[in-house]
This record gives sequence, C-alpha cells and structure tokens, in this order.
Amino acid sequence: MNDPRRDEEDLIRARQRSRARVTALLLAALVVLFFLISIAKIRSGTP
Amino acid sequence: MTTMTRPLPVPADWRDFLALTKPGVMRLVVFTGLCGLLAAPVTMDPILGFTAILCIALAAGAAGALNQWYESDLDAKMKRTRGRPLPAGRMDRQSALHFGVGLGVFAVILMGLAINLLAAAILAVSILFYVLIYTVWLKRRTPQNIVIGGAAGAFPPLIGWAAATDHVAALPLFMFALIFLWTPPHFWALAMFVKSDYANAGVPMLPVVAGERVTRTQIGLYTVPMAVAAIAPWPLGLTHAIYGVVATAATAFFALLAFRVATRRTQPEDRMRPEKRLFAFSIAYLFVIFGALVVDRFAA
Repeated sequence: MNDPRRDEEDLIRARQRSRARVTALLLAALVVLFFLISIAKIRSGTP
Repeated sequence: MTTMTRPLPVPADWRDFLALTKPGVMRLVVFTGLCGLLAAPVTMDPILGFTAILCIALAAGAAGALNQWYESDLDAKMKRTRGRPLPAGRMDRQSALHFGVGLGVFAVILMGLAINLLAAAILAVSILFYVLIYTVWLKRRTPQNIVIGGAAGAFPPLIGWAAATDHVAALPLFMFALIFLWTPPHFWALAMFVKSDYANAGVPMLPVVAGERVTRTQIGLYTVPMAVAAIAPWPLGLTHAIYGVVATAATAFFALLAFRVATRRTQPEDRMRPEKRLFAFSIAYLFVIFGALVVDRFAA
C-alpha cells in the first residue's frame, strides 16, 4: 500500500522541480530580452 | 515515537499561475495594444515594439491575478469561475497576491526603462483602475460597474500608441472611447444569458438589478455613441477610406444585432440566441475594427 505522506512529498518535489525549470527558462528569456533591448537602444541612440 | 501529521503545503503548479493571468482576456488586450502601436505614425524598433507589447500583456496578467485574488469568494459561487485556481483550492491567496503585485510592478518598471515614462504611467493607471476602481470599488456596489470599469480595458491601444510616439493623439483617444462604449453592450449581452450566475453570486449586474427591459434599452442606447466613436475618425481625416468602409460596415452589423436585442422581449424557455449572437460578434467586431486600422495605416 502507498504511504500517503510519501506520495505528498513526491508531489511537492515534482511541483518544485517543474516550477524551478519554468523560472530558469523565464530568467534566461529575460537575459536575452535585456541584451536585445540594450542593442536596440544603442542602435537607435536613445538613452 | 509519534508520526508528524501536519500536512505539508503543496505548492501551486506553474500552470495555475498562468491561469491566474486570464490568457483568454489577454488575447484581445494584446491585439488592441499591438494595433495601437502599429497604427501610430512612426516605425518602432521591432525589439522595443515586442517589449512594449510584452509589458502590456504582463500588466494585463497582473491585473487578472489581482482580480482573482480579491474575488476568490465570488468566483467560488459562479459556475463559470469556480474552476479557477483559488476557488478550486489549488493555490493559496497569498501566492496570488505576491504574483500579481510582482508581475505588475515588473511590467511598469520594464516599460519605463525600455520604452518611455508616458507609456509606463498609463500602464500603471490601467492596472490600478482595473484592480482598485473596478474590482474593489465598483463591481459589488453598482450596476454601472462595467460602464466605468470598461475604461480599464480601453487603455491598451492608448498605451501602444504612447509606447511608439511618446505622446497621445486624437486617434488613440477615439479607440479608447470605442472600447469604453463597446464594453456595456458586450457585457450586458453576456449578463443577459448568465443572469442567474451573477444573481447567485450577488453581483449587481444590470439585468439582475434593473431587469431585462432596462438592460435591452441600455444596450441599444450605448450602441449609438459607440458607433460614432468607431466611424468618426474617418470623416475627421484621422484615417483613410479602408478603415472608414470596414468600420462603417462592421458597426452597421453590430448596430443591427444590438437593435434586435434592444427591441425584443424574453420569451418563456428563451434560449437567448440574439444576445449570444451579439456577444460573440462583439468580440469579432473589435478584432475587425482594430485590424482595419492597421491595414489602413500601411495600405492607404
């Protein structure tokens, strides 16, 4: 028989892993976006 | 030795955070914001244009999250909304509040730093208007909730234009007026066929408080100034004939559907087909009008 507490811990770890993965992806996307914004601003000569 | 029985908090899934941003509503917000940006008489760097639209989308998501944070009790009472993350118990209210505030502040700061301060200021006003004026103040108090609250949804084309030009002009103000005046017929058509849901939740929507006769009349009345706001940019020389012809035809069809709703009476076992048709077309109507605005700018 499954231990319900163990199941809950597994669920928590799985949620934490998937949230960490999504956060990492979003942060990487933001790094790329900020880099591109900087390039666009340099190119257009705006502050 | 005793076993610890305190339940562990299960963190919400990232998909629930996404659901908190109301992606369905965001589509129209992003589209009208993009059209406001593209209709402006300047060409924006694509990266900066993308950033401006991203900020509008994030701000809309933040406003949606804060709306759901404040209204979780109301959402639990309505069939249409009881599956949302908070009333369904998949997320705690504090997470929703932190997410909404964080997203909103980030969107405004990014708009201010990457685009311009005017666009950031209007963006901040639009979030605060939706959350404080509509959600907190008006929605549970008056049947005029969506009339005044409609202004919150009218900001995106203004923000898009301000992002591209750093100023506000007559054309985006007409677009603001159009969405503002479109909101009452759009939402009251919906409220006519989900009336019992609103009544059960205690939301004083016009059909619940004033009855269907008054609501039908108000739908008809609001359509008149809406039509003026939609068509006026053409004779005023703010757009060309492409927009003028499309806006006139689409508005005439909208007015026909609204006239049908305004002049009929609810029958026993009424399936509310004209109201459903008006509601469905009202969404397509905004896509058509704003799409025509952009085509007019580039083709004429």
